[in-house]
Amino acid sequence: MRYSALSLVRQGLAGQTGWPQAWRSPSPRSVYDAVIVGGGGHGLATAYYLAKNHPRRRIAVLEKGWLGGGNTGRNTTIVRSNYFFPESAAIYDFALRLYEGLSQDLDYNIMLSQRGILMMGHSEHDMELMTRSVNAMLLNGIDVELLDAAQVRAEVPLLNFEPGARYEIHGGFTQRRGGIARHDAVAWGYARAASALGVDIIQGCEVTGFDIVDGRVAGVRTGLGRIAAGSVGLCAAGHSGVLAGMAGFTLPIQSYALQAMVSEPVKPVLDTVVMSAATGMYVSQSDKGELVFGAGLDLYPSYAQRGNLPVERDVIAGMLEMFPAFRRLKLLRAWAGLVDVCWDYSPIIGPAPVGGMYLNCGWGTGGFKAIPAGGWMLAHLLATGRHHPISAPFDLGRFTSGRLIDEAAGAGIAH
Amino acid sequence: MLRLPCPYCGERDEPEFRFAGEPAVRPGSDVGDAVWAAYLYMRSNEKGPHREVWSHAGGCGQFFLLERDTVSHAVLRALRPGEAS
Amino acid sequence: MRRLAAGGAIDRTRPLGFIWEGRKLSGFAGDTIASALLANGIGVIGRSFKYHRPRGVYGAWTEEPNAIVDVALGARHDPNARASLVPLEAGMVVGGVNAWPNVRRDALGLIDLFHRFIPAGFYYKTFKSPSWGAFETRIRAMAGLGVMRPEPDRLLYDTRHVETDVLVVGGGAAGVAAARAAASAGLGVMLADDRAAWGGVLQAEGGVIDGMEAAAWAAAAVGEMRGATLLGRTTVFGAYDHNAFGLLEQRRDAAGGWAEERVWLVRARQVVLAAGAIERPLVFPGNDRPGIMSAAAVLQYVRHYAVLPGREVVIATNNDTAYATAAALVAAGASVTVADARPEAPGRDGLRVRAGCVPVGTGGRHGVKWVDLALRDALSNRERVRCDLLAISGGWSPSVHLHSQAGGTLRWDDAAAAFLPGVAREGWHLAGAVTGPVGLGAALGQGHAAGVAAAAALGRVVHVAPPETPARAVEAPIGAMWFVDVADRRQWIDFQNDVTLGDVALAARENYASVEHLKRYTTLGMANDQGKTSNINGIAALAAMTGRAIGEVGTTTFRPPYVPVSLGALAGMRHGRLFAPIREVPAAADHLANGAVMREYGGWRRPAAYLRIGETVAAAIAREAASVRQGVGLFDGSSLGKIEVAGPDAAAFLNVMFYNEVANLKVGRLRYCLMLRETGVVFDDGVVARLAAERYLLSPSSSHTEGVLAMLRAWQQTEFPAMRVVFHDVTAAWATFAVSGPRAGVLVGRLSSDIDIGDGALPHMAVAEGVIEGLPGRIARVSFTGERGYEISVPARHGAAMWRHLLGLGEDVTLYGIEALSVLRAEKGFILIGTDTDGMTLPADLGITAPLRNKAVDFVGKRSLLTPDALRADRRQFVGVLPEDPGFVPAVGSHAMVDGRSVGWVTTSCHSPALGRSIGLGMIEGGRGRIGETMEIFHLGKTSRAVIGEACHFDRAGERLHG
Ligand SMILES: Cc1cc2nc3c(=O)[nH]c(=O)nc-3n(C[C@H](O)[C@H](O)[C@H](O)COP(=O)(O)OP(=O)(O)OC[C@H]3O[C@@H](n4cnc5c(N)ncnc54)[C@H](O)[C@@H]3O)c2cc1C
Ligand SMILES: [Zn+2]
Repeated sequence: MRYSALSLVRQGLAGQTGWPQAWRSPSPRSVYDAVIVGGGGHGLATAYYLAKNHPRRRIAVLEKGWLGGGNTGRNTTIVRSNYFFPESAAIYDFALRLYEGLSQDLDYNIMLSQRGILMMGHSEHDMELMTRSVNAMLLNGIDVELLDAAQVRAEVPLLNFEPGARYEIHGGFTQRRGGIARHDAVAWGYARAASALGVDIIQGCEVTGFDIVDGRVAGVRTGLGRIAAGSVGLCAAGHSGVLAGMAGFTLPIQSYALQAMVSEPVKPVLDTVVMSAATGMYVSQSDKGELVFGAGLDLYPSYAQRGNLPVERDVIAGMLEMFPAFRRLKLLRAWAGLVDVCWDYSPIIGPAPVGGMYLNCGWGTGGFKAIPAGGWMLAHLLATGRHHPISAPFDLGRFTSGRLIDEAAGAGIAH
Repeated sequence: MLRLPCPYCGERDEPEFRFAGEPAVRPGSDVGDAVWAAYLYMRSNEKGPHREVWSHAGGCGQFFLLERDTVSHAVLRALRPGEAS
Repeated sequence: MRRLAAGGAIDRTRPLGFIWEGRKLSGFAGDTIASALLANGIGVIGRSFKYHRPRGVYGAWTEEPNAIVDVALGARHDPNARASLVPLEAGMVVGGVNAWPNVRRDALGLIDLFHRFIPAGFYYKTFKSPSWGAFETRIRAMAGLGVMRPEPDRLLYDTRHVETDVLVVGGGAAGVAAARAAASAGLGVMLADDRAAWGGVLQAEGGVIDGMEAAAWAAAAVGEMRGATLLGRTTVFGAYDHNAFGLLEQRRDAAGGWAEERVWLVRARQVVLAAGAIERPLVFPGNDRPGIMSAAAVLQYVRHYAVLPGREVVIATNNDTAYATAAALVAAGASVTVADARPEAPGRDGLRVRAGCVPVGTGGRHGVKWVDLALRDALSNRERVRCDLLAISGGWSPSVHLHSQAGGTLRWDDAAAAFLPGVAREGWHLAGAVTGPVGLGAALGQGHAAGVAAAAALGRVVHVAPPETPARAVEAPIGAMWFVDVADRRQWIDFQNDVTLGDVALAARENYASVEHLKRYTTLGMANDQGKTSNINGIAALAAMTGRAIGEVGTTTFRPPYVPVSLGALAGMRHGRLFAPIREVPAAADHLANGAVMREYGGWRRPAAYLRIGETVAAAIAREAASVRQGVGLFDGSSLGKIEVAGPDAAAFLNVMFYNEVANLKVGRLRYCLMLRETGVVFDDGVVARLAAERYLLSPSSSHTEGVLAMLRAWQQTEFPAMRVVFHDVTAAWATFAVSGPRAGVLVGRLSSDIDIGDGALPHMAVAEGVIEGLPGRIARVSFTGERGYEISVPARHGAAMWRHLLGLGEDVTLYGIEALSVLRAEKGFILIGTDTDGMTLPADLGITAPLRNKAVDFVGKRSLLTPDALRADRRQFVGVLPEDPGFVPAVGSHAMVDGRSVGWVTTSCHSPALGRSIGLGMIEGGRGRIGETMEIFHLGKTSRAVIGEACHFDRAGERLHG
């Protein structure tokens, strides 16, 4: 049934009892053409674009928990494409363009709110680096604007402009097409649309091993039995290293907890997404009215998927430094996701060292914004065995050649 | 917030320490690109017991080996470099 | 008035006036805002989030989902306070939130009429065209609760870090018994309870312990504990790894307290969790009206606050605990009817009890006026009963939050109709109602046993006897009832977020069947009461709708904080300068006196430029730079890093650490060196001095000193433990001043010192130690300006005096700041790490290739300089950039462009006083091969042109160093 105001009214008159399942919950078949491990945004988007762009395949998504329960359902939902390197700009802007039409494409409102995203600079040096980034982005065709302090103040009057503030605001830059989207809706929308195209989404099905014959994958072992498949896509985010281990290779990835928090809801006080490089914090206000904020990674590798108070307090102190008016608001929830931090902070997309197996991982702290592109690229790989031009630079081989795509370095950080 | 045992100072709170990566054996500079890349970038990233290097940066400044469960965060043992493992 | 004539724990001698929605009302000391409003007969206190339905007080403590108010008092403002948690104070201005014009007559109440069209998740199905953005602004304005004030909050918050032997969470019967036992064993005990008085529910429920009135016993037992840290009004909000806890103490009324709230960060060796349980509502049609309250809360209001919330009362329950409420109401003069959902309801004297009877509907716009009751097996047979208060009890949910946060397991127990704690974490002991429905006797026994066990785990013995209480009649078991199976599904589960049984049914039908999907799709449990009353009812309803057992559905994850905690309290004192302290140089006060504009550079506050009266910063920079080239300048370089490296293997070790050869450096000489990361990237640069055969002094950049030290330590300890070498960061021990310019030698020559500064003894790139003006010190010949230069170092405590002394040595001395230095070094093409380089820069990109070719030993990062990418010909290379228009200074961060594609960028750009024109530096693809080429320079859509040249723009032969 198509979703619309009209169908809501019709259903309202019928007591909302006529809605079909958003997605089916079938039992797994014994063989598929392509199996996608991980029912997060990237896995579900992969399934959808594979079914849609490369039809006539039997496709399954295997998810060990509940769909969208990984980072896709835990992130702070920021979408943007203001990246420094042309390779990054290409993939993230491809994603943003798909996002811009996604609610219609999926017939599911993902609540894309292009309220803009503003990055602040706190010194002349920050502003010089921002200028370098802004010019790079403009040449990459990304819609960014450099702002002076007065312009920043006009956009976000609540920011700390007190004289003598620890981090003075010298200016910033904004991408107006950036913003936020509803994370669950992205997972659910893709799941519903993929299921409608015949994709089997199997929840509660953990992959515990691979059948590998002569260096080629032949199938997966799961908690629900063996499933044969000649093509396997890995979209397991924080668990990518575990799956690589099962398949006998390693990745340049370490898994960390990344925390996020929300305050209680208040009436609108912040109309754009704000980020500060000095404190690492970022904050937006959800449509419900909660401040949604976070900052850097926890300080050591973890698979625990739970937060850590010292880092939480750092994040909060960092935000209050920017927004002293938020001090009286209360922290309502804090949680953590399990992010796959790749050495150069860029994703890995491409063939794995095992034949028939393809990677989509390493998105770390920033892969929500990339879900449509990650899915599209992996679908292309699964269908053709070859890179889409946009995904080629993100191949695992870049670590051997040394041609990293290091966005942090691009932003002037030597590490 | 972790409580970690520095093999030199005893138990201290997490903010005194710094995680310093997985232990790695440094190959000579005559190895091939792939071996060097593996040393630089590849990580075991173990789920469960994990061997790590930490430094007691805010204390004695010493580096030590820690075996820590990355799921429960339980500390399994801490060793001085070179101590039998 | 609904205040009872006598009783309660309020102080009737201290009336407190306050304002509610513009009306003057009054309560007593000891009231909460909720009890004071109830006492004044205020029924409608808020509106629900989605449908804007009128809502009154439901609970009496942290479970309250409805009574959200705006509270202002002096500098303090809470936009979303829960009325049941805020102690009343005189002068408080209290108002409703999320309603217009007020909570009684809220225009948006109209939304409720359209409820059937806006079920859970309706927004996923609509607002897609033309785009969500077209609707969002209006929807946002409707959402949100209170209104935040834009002024910065200036209240004070502090933080304490403590360790304790035993942390007891909860000061009710079980917690007090545990704390008392543990304290008697001589252990350090920390007892925390979120209420002001000890005893928990004993306050309302009464009873006798050790022959005393129960609450009095609790107070006495706590009073007798020696050495315990007693934290009243303190909520343990989070349990973290390795028994770390976060506690929030409300200190507004604390004696001598200056902080509004304090966060305690506690590490406990043993933990007793005695956090009690929370009553859940019954779920039935129309169960959300004002005047429908938790039965346990009603008991609190009657007994503790002496408020009678209603006179004609119906109690609907499925368990025995509500009978205490009934008895208290009767004693207070109310008429009470009990509808007990259990077929065999216990009979009670003086009560009308209807067995097997449940509520199936209610009425009353601004307060409940009637309830329809029906037998559970004949639901259509309704009887309307008038009432002004409907007290409901659906059973109790143990407060397992902290247990669960810490990783303890849960199991569903059908008999208790609750998730009970399963396996606890090591060192944890659970006692009282958190373990399930227990009577007072059992709670005391468990508490005492927990204290004994905690003591035993720490090798101690308890020296008090377990507390005793007269045995009570055994309670009849609960008769679980999760909702009423009638067609009307407007049965509220989450009051604040307006999640009804119908919404759960919809989620189940659409296959949002995981409990996490349910929560997210319907927003169940996501309001600021954090689902304390709604979670279990929601899970049970989902189980029923999807044909699963409740235990199979399971719970969502319990996450901190247990109650909302103000962000200010969590940050504590960490704001402003304390957020990230800035380091000061020894002569900071002199700089200010000399007219310096101070700015932060890499964590240090340093002079950017010294302004003369009426001078602009730009003019000062130009003047300072020019003066250095013409005469002599004085610069404070004290923040520059200084790391001493000493030991027999110092030379060998540093030779591995640095890109450049340092082992063959002669004693008394300096060399400019790069330090690489193992990835080959240039991490830092600086001058390395060899002070003695086995003693080096490194000078890393100001912001990299810690990083360099950490890197040295890491490599020495993990890779070269056999090397005998030590490091010492002496940055703060020395004040360092640079004297630079053609007349620098003259000025330095005026110092009284035993160091021979003649060019023979101290040529460029040499260093000598000796006595300077009676102080132990060092003079180095080094230059970052391209002019003859001396660096004079003396102990930091004499830094300011030496600065003044140097200033007094010549009338023609010009003070110069970082900005002028930056111009001078740009003229010379010297790199500034982090400005001209970034995380991709390799030494060859800077044109420094000799060590890779010539150095015999392996060094950090060497292999990485030989990867295919490192050897690419089209890497970005460091070059000079000369704008075609000598009057035009391109922005730093402009890009060089070929066919619309970026091929690199300008890293430094300024007006050069020495050359009388604009100059720049940049990193350009294949830049060295482009020298002489004119390129397009792009900045914010505009282009200019510049010629690529050598990085060194001035005095290429370096003659001025010796001039
Ligand atoms: C707190 C936080 C904030 C963030 N904020 C942002 C942001 O603002 N913007 C942004 O762009 N990105 C953000 N991110 C990052 C973003 O959430 C992730 O990069 C993105 O969601 C990754 O999607 P995914 O589908 O790859 O992974 P996931 O959504 O994590 O999905 C992986 C799935 O694989 C499943 N799985 C794992 N192992 C197995 C197995 N063996 N068998 C079967 N299934 C398995 C997991 O259960 C999981 O559901 C944030 C992340 C976090 C944690
Ligand atoms: Zn130590």
